[in-house]
Amino acid sequence: MTSNGTANETHTRPEVASGRFGEFGGIFVPETLVGALTQLEEAFERARRDDRFWEELRTLLRQYVGRPTPLCPAERLTGFVRARARQGKGASIWLKREDLAHTGAHKINNTMGQVLLTRRMKKDRVIAETGAGQHGVATATACARFGIACEVYMGAEDARRQRLNVVRMRMLGATVHTVDAGSRTLKDATNEAMRDWMQSVENTHYILGSVVGPHPFPTIVREFQSVIGQETKGQALRAFSRLPDCIVACVGGGSNAAGMFAPFIEDEEVRLVGVEAGGTGEQPGQHAATLAFGNPGILHGARTIVLQDEFGQTSPVHSCSAGLDYPGVGPEHAYWKQMGRVSYTRRSDAQALDAFSLLSQSEGIIPALETAHAVAEAIDLAAQMERDQTLVICLSGRGDKDVEEAARLKGMIES
Amino acid sequence: MPFVCGGHPSPACLPELLLALEQTGASVVEIGIPYSDPIADGPVIAGAMHRALEQGVTPAQIFEQVASVRDRLSIGLVAMVSVSIVHAWGGSSGFCQRAEEAGFDGLIVPDLPVEECDPVRDAAREHGLAMSLLISPSTPRGRAEKIARASSGFVYLMTRLGTTGEREESPEVERRVGIIRRATRIPIACGFGLSTADQVRRVLRHADAAIVGSALVRRLDGAEDPASTAQAFVGDLVAACGDRSQSTEQNTPDQVDS
Repeated sequence: MTSNGTANETHTRPEVASGRFGEFGGIFVPETLVGALTQLEEAFERARRDDRFWEELRTLLRQYVGRPTPLCPAERLTGFVRARARQGKGASIWLKREDLAHTGAHKINNTMGQVLLTRRMKKDRVIAETGAGQHGVATATACARFGIACEVYMGAEDARRQRLNVVRMRMLGATVHTVDAGSRTLKDATNEAMRDWMQSVENTHYILGSVVGPHPFPTIVREFQSVIGQETKGQALRAFSRLPDCIVACVGGGSNAAGMFAPFIEDEEVRLVGVEAGGTGEQPGQHAATLAFGNPGILHGARTIVLQDEFGQTSPVHSCSAGLDYPGVGPEHAYWKQMGRVSYTRRSDAQALDAFSLLSQSEGIIPALETAHAVAEAIDLAAQMERDQTLVICLSGRGDKDVEEAARLKGMIES
Repeated sequence: MPFVCGGHPSPACLPELLLALEQTGASVVEIGIPYSDPIADGPVIAGAMHRALEQGVTPAQIFEQVASVRDRLSIGLVAMVSVSIVHAWGGSSGFCQRAEEAGFDGLIVPDLPVEECDPVRDAAREHGLAMSLLISPSTPRGRAEKIARASSGFVYLMTRLGTTGEREESPEVERRVGIIRRATRIPIACGFGLSTADQVRRVLRHADAAIVGSALVRRLDGAEDPASTAQAFVGDLVAACGDRSQSTEQNTPDQVDS
């Protein structure tokens, strides 16, 4: 990379040629996809050095997506924490409101960037995978905005529990393919999207939705999501004249966390915490806490930490949240964990559901079930911090899509 | 060169299938090791792999089955295996040692591009295994030559974009085969989308071997007697190979020594 420094090049990039993050990352895909990935990398590197590209993207994000999203104090949630914390404890909690971005989650940051790349590559069809449906909706939205044909792969189980988002995608003109293979969730939707791409690479771009997959996807998605952390930095300095003491984000594949954390990686005084899905227990199939229980392996084209058995077969995963229900994690997160720069914890389904209600009723904000995992972690962390400290939660998405499922799960737990 | 999926159609049928395929006149058999997320495979082979895994089939069992029958077979045996399994089950060196001990002659790792293949290729060579890399219809010429030179045993030329599976059209391979021939002296095998004797015959006007996977796996699915089902289908394909050896002056053997 040259050092002509746009606003998007403010942090270090550990990746070198072929997209390595330390020992993680790389390109492990069938030969048919290598050409497409090379073409994408070239298009991205050209765009990255082109001020007009970033100007076009910034304008879209401002006028269409509604950025910058606010950083707002969560006063009643902070009060709730302080009422239960020891004397003098209880950091003030702030929310980075990605739920207020158009379509209701951070996913749109990436899809707007990648749809501009699609246009630059002169491709007229886009495919995507989706778990919770937020990335599918964000992709369908970006494609509708630019008149590009869009097809989305979604696991049948996810389509059931996120029905609202299936309807939204179809309303936006996208074709939704439900996937009945394997666990019928995000992993299987990703397999199908990759299979589609192998026979459609000539006219189709695959808008991958997280910081996973083969190079250059983890880098591209992190770069487009880094707007979250960049805005947070400026907003924190204006709101409380220094950087936050701690930032908490949920991690499935890890795109909202990567976008939030990346601009803070060199600010070592800022504690960064990623929260995985603890599900219902610690046995395989009961959780999706990849960094907690996984091993180095290869999944979906990258070397990363994977939940797998001794033979490299992907393990089943579970989470109440469709967006965290993934047996891998972005290779850069694996690297940050190995470096000790980011700590990763997990929260159970039940804790996430409690936090879902708590944020709804203390702040009037219904969070996505994914995001609720970060909220659950944050209230415990804040209770151990000093009162003059600040903690920022990356409020990655809103929970309208989850109200039916949350009500169903709460009924099951309470009955 | 027929392809069968280990553990399919029933968990322990591989030895019987291999013996039947040798009798039928196959020169090399490709054995797919079932993987949970086989993105290079279409619905037929991916489905066979999932059903095998659901019945508890493991790579270790398939290797044991191969070892149990190896001394009764003279054909070449090539394992088609995801890099995830190689990586997790012993790493490059450990995996290749196991493959050698089981009696495999070669490896195909379809999700391992040439840039990443050195560790596996070096370990394979150390353990006497050939390693065939894949060339796609979208691979540019210079890269195809690089892949051909990096391969041993045979080069695998994909006759279609996309995943494995049967297609109706006959692929045009003449030009691609010509390019690869100039880069390497090892045989060229074509696969992906081949299912009929006619397609095999056309491909063999130029290439040295034809790989037929999904069409065979689909016939084996639910077959009461997998061995005779395989013999009946592969017998026709082998006859097509015979037609071709009479009708061309091509001198590269379709028997792949490894």
